[in-house]
Amino acid sequence: MKLTVLRNFLNETGDISRFTGRFFAEAFKPRYEFAELLRQAFFVGYKSLPLVAVTAFIMGLVITIQSRPTLVEFGAEAWLPKMVSVSLVREIAPVITALICAGKIGSGIGAELGSMKVTEQIDSMEVSGTNPFKFLVATRVMATTLTIPILAVLADTVSLYGGYLGANIHGVVSWDLYWNQVFDTLAFSDVLPSVLKTFFFGFAIGIIGCYKGYNSNKGTEGVGRSANSAVVVSSLLVFILDLLAVQIIDILRLT
Amino acid sequence: MIPQANIMPEMETEMVDGPVIQLKNVFKSFGNNNVLKDFSLDLNKGENVVVLGKSGSGKSVLIKCIIGLIKPDSGTVTVLGENIPDLNHTDLDKIRAKVGFLFQSNALYDSMTVRQNLEFPLRRHRANMSKSEIDNLVIEALTNVGLAHTVDMQPSELSGGMKKRIALARTLILKPEIILYDEPTTGLDPITGREISSLMCELAKKYNTSSIIISHDLNCVKIVANRIVMLIDGKCYAQGNYDDLKNSNDKQVQQFFQ
Repeated sequence: MKLTVLRNFLNETGDISRFTGRFFAEAFKPRYEFAELLRQAFFVGYKSLPLVAVTAFIMGLVITIQSRPTLVEFGAEAWLPKMVSVSLVREIAPVITALICAGKIGSGIGAELGSMKVTEQIDSMEVSGTNPFKFLVATRVMATTLTIPILAVLADTVSLYGGYLGANIHGVVSWDLYWNQVFDTLAFSDVLPSVLKTFFFGFAIGIIGCYKGYNSNKGTEGVGRSANSAVVVSSLLVFILDLLAVQIIDILRLT
Repeated sequence: MIPQANIMPEMETEMVDGPVIQLKNVFKSFGNNNVLKDFSLDLNKGENVVVLGKSGSGKSVLIKCIIGLIKPDSGTVTVLGENIPDLNHTDLDKIRAKVGFLFQSNALYDSMTVRQNLEFPLRRHRANMSKSEIDNLVIEALTNVGLAHTVDMQPSELSGGMKKRIALARTLILKPEIILYDEPTTGLDPITGREISSLMCELAKKYNTSSIIISHDLNCVKIVANRIVMLIDGKCYAQGNYDDLKNSNDKQVQQFFQ
């Protein structure tokens, strides 16, 4: 039983690796599907914007409110903007953005491609002289890889604004003082690795969603399963990639 | 003993330039399931051949081998003089531009309007066409199937019969020489099924196409078939016209016509 689980895990890992290899082999060769890439970027980026912004705002607000009592205990309330900005920009905003996108976009891609597979739309595309891998997979993976970092930068900004309001609920921090402290604390080495890792998060969300949808089977039940496992696997992968990124940043002494 | 009935005389008169599709000794299996076992078939120009067989007998696998969606384990699948399994992607696309495929589930793209669905193959295969030429072809294809008013509708707004007609219009828009139909009347009521079958005959005459039709709907078979090929146990078990097979004494053949 355990051996079967291990074998299935290794098979799945191998299949995902092959799928990723196929992406690199096909995505950068002509013919390029720019129109479809823009359409997907619109859906992935623009349509996720409100959800990401609201979540980031709430996270900024909540983290600030929760952190305040501990700092007050040590008489370090003035450090609140410094502490909150580092934790939000380095970790919370990118990871929350990636998880929101894994839920919203990963499941959407998994379900859409899954239903296209079971209703023979992917076969139909191939018969129409279109490489469905390029048209459906390459465009979606590129869209998630390019737009999730932009969403993460937006989430950084909005969460910091949430932090400002949070800091002013029980205390008084002026607008200028708050932002001066934030920019004083944040260094290039905080922002760059945090943005860089979101490219990998975006890639993982896109490739897993597409892999699960593209290989969907067993009819409508399979579509549901594809959407579900796309969210589970890509969310897990976001955490694993985050762990790796933190280790690499630490080794390179960027923090 | 395999009963081989005579081909209809009127069909013989339409035979020109030899077969447009020729399958020779095709084998295909999935694991231990041997779907096609030494299957051979010729489709002549202007001919409508129906492949009749039970569900799961490998009919859909057969036409997917012809269009290159599935690779046979062995045997040759020659379409318009080219052996499909040997072709690279570019050459396969050239052949596919001349072969239409109507899917059982219609396979209309849900995220696109009817117009975009019809434009999709045109933009791939006729990249140098102007916008007005594309528009004219779309309207012509929709008029042919009597649904010009649906041009800006979404597939989800259409009934089953309308979807089938739109799928047929999309198949015909490239003016293919050969059309492969995968169960064109399945899931439709008898009246709509008859309408679709008549439309298939009408369009085949208008555009002088040759067709392979996968079906187990006898009403459709009776209307469209010049010749019927019975796919039983992965082989071409019997062939002939509708009346020949209906009057056959073979038990397996009789099962379909009772």
